[in-house]
Amino acid sequence: MAELFRRFGGGLGTLFLALVAVWLAGMVLAPNLTMIDYALRPNLPPAEIGGQRDVYSLDNILYLANESVHRAIFFKTVWASALVTFITLVVCYPIAFWLAQRATPGQAAVVILALTIPFWINEVLRTLAWYILLAFRGPLNALLLVIGIIDEPVRWYGDIGVLAGMTYAYILFMLFPIYNAIESLDRSQLEAARDLGASVWRTHWRIVIPHSKAGIATGCVFTFMLAAGSYVAPALLGSPGSRWFTEIIYNWFFEGGDWNRGAAYALVLLVLCLAVVLVTLKLARVNLTDVAK
Amino acid sequence: MSHSVELQNVGMAFGQTRAVSNVSFTVEGGEFFSILGPSGCGKTTILRMIAGFLEPTEGRILIGGRDMRGLGPDRRPTAMIFQSLALFPLMPVWENIAFGLEARGVSKAERRKKAEELLKLVALEGYGDRMPGELSGGQRQRVAIARALAVEPQVLLLDEPLSALDLKLRQHMRAELRALQKRTGVTFIYITHDQSEALAMSDRVAVMSEGVLQQVGAPRELYDNPVTPFVARFVGETNVVEGRIAAVENGITSVDTAYGPLRGRAVANLAPGMPARLYVRPEALEHKGQGANKLTATIERIDFEGAFALAHGRLEDGRPLIASIPSTELNQAPAVGARVSFVFREANAVVLPDG
Repeated sequence: MAELFRRFGGGLGTLFLALVAVWLAGMVLAPNLTMIDYALRPNLPPAEIGGQRDVYSLDNILYLANESVHRAIFFKTVWASALVTFITLVVCYPIAFWLAQRATPGQAAVVILALTIPFWINEVLRTLAWYILLAFRGPLNALLLVIGIIDEPVRWYGDIGVLAGMTYAYILFMLFPIYNAIESLDRSQLEAARDLGASVWRTHWRIVIPHSKAGIATGCVFTFMLAAGSYVAPALLGSPGSRWFTEIIYNWFFEGGDWNRGAAYALVLLVLCLAVVLVTLKLARVNLTDVAK
Repeated sequence: MSHSVELQNVGMAFGQTRAVSNVSFTVEGGEFFSILGPSGCGKTTILRMIAGFLEPTEGRILIGGRDMRGLGPDRRPTAMIFQSLALFPLMPVWENIAFGLEARGVSKAERRKKAEELLKLVALEGYGDRMPGELSGGQRQRVAIARALAVEPQVLLLDEPLSALDLKLRQHMRAELRALQKRTGVTFIYITHDQSEALAMSDRVAVMSEGVLQQVGAPRELYDNPVTPFVARFVGETNVVEGRIAAVENGITSVDTAYGPLRGRAVANLAPGMPARLYVRPEALEHKGQGANKLTATIERIDFEGAFALAHGRLEDGRPLIASIPSTELNQAPAVGARVSFVFREANAVVLPDG
């Protein structure tokens, strides 16, 4: 802070600090506090707001705990997000390693460009592309039928569709942190491991993965949070059997007309995400500041 | 006896760029062998070909008489010590040392025991549980050596491992490396651009320039009998005088130069009339002597180097001349600005064809 004032002088330094404070207060603190406030109050007709019955309680959260369908969807969202995270990690790690240690600069540029271009368009449109690909009479079924892998079209919408759409949507959030981490690994360490007779698996398990742990944890945290909070992919690529917790929250707000219960559900999801982040970082022994970098 | 390493007409090209051309030499088992040359001369390429990180585009490499073609670094009886050392920073020292054994499926108790033995060998007892980052440069160096020796290689390949150390420590590690090599009997192939390092440590040295092998020989032989102009100039300091061969007899050549006729030993085949150069070391020049083999220079400055001083002078036509004066004789040294005649014995000068 002293550095800020020294560099920009009193006036400009104060302005910067004020802007950051306003941003934090207005864009981060206020909405979250409002959400907590809503979550803890009952849903009342306008006339009764501020009246006798308008008291804080945990009723909205307890409602979720006692509603077996919503509870099941909540836990399903948790483990399905974990699965999305795991699949994205499995897909991204080899690509990141190849890009960071094996590819020539030319190859790396082409592949990174190819991976980035789809992200120039909106997430809804990207998911819509998967909607078309996975359609019952769509290109994927047609291709598989021609090759002869399947005898009749498969209904991809549902769990598989959601998994595919999300894995695709979050690849870059997983790829770049891991890529950055692996890129900083001195290549002679890989050569030394090989020279000492280590197999490919052992080299990765003992050298590359420990080195890139912070990047892997960062990618996993990003992907998990995005997956748990995702709305477009489950809405477009899901089926009634693959409902996501965010869809329930949406329904409370815009169809059920119960903002308080919606806010309570959103709060539970937020707390869950925070818990996952902290536990993951603890397990990987990574600091929050490393992730921020 | 450790394995020998034999290079037969080995060449390496990276696309259009030629890194190594037609190199052949044999390193005997148990020998301390250095490859010396300026950066970019192809010495690291040769080392990486022996280690198996690169496959030569021509020729073959035999280790212990066995052709190594197609064998990766993990399947050769070699271990490499990298310029950066490449210690694994997230493993304690003992796990670093035992990594090769871990890869071979040795039990943990056995690995720990072997690591302790090796730590003792490199005088680092009690350091097993430290992390590499907690060690000094010299200690890290020794851990790298212990890690390479743990897999009981026949041949140890060292890629300028001392270049990051300061001078005192480097001199100390030279002696240690040399002693370790004698004690273990492992064949050492040592890459360096530092000629004093190569001369001090090696049984034999190969000198490389621009991918071409210039000469292989014992340090004294390279110093006293260079066979190419590159070796004459690169190994040690030297003075060069251009001229034309006047006569050759009994291995002594007379060269006509701008400073009169000078005589030196003929190392290569020479014939009268050929353009040639005479090379004479700074320590072969005497400013007090008398004789016909004489170069006259004006002293410009005298640099005190410790054990000796280097007198920098200019010959009549302005070309530089360097003569060394032992520090014990500095009080009789010529004054700056004086014109001094330096004489040398014909046995202490070498004449090579020009080129």
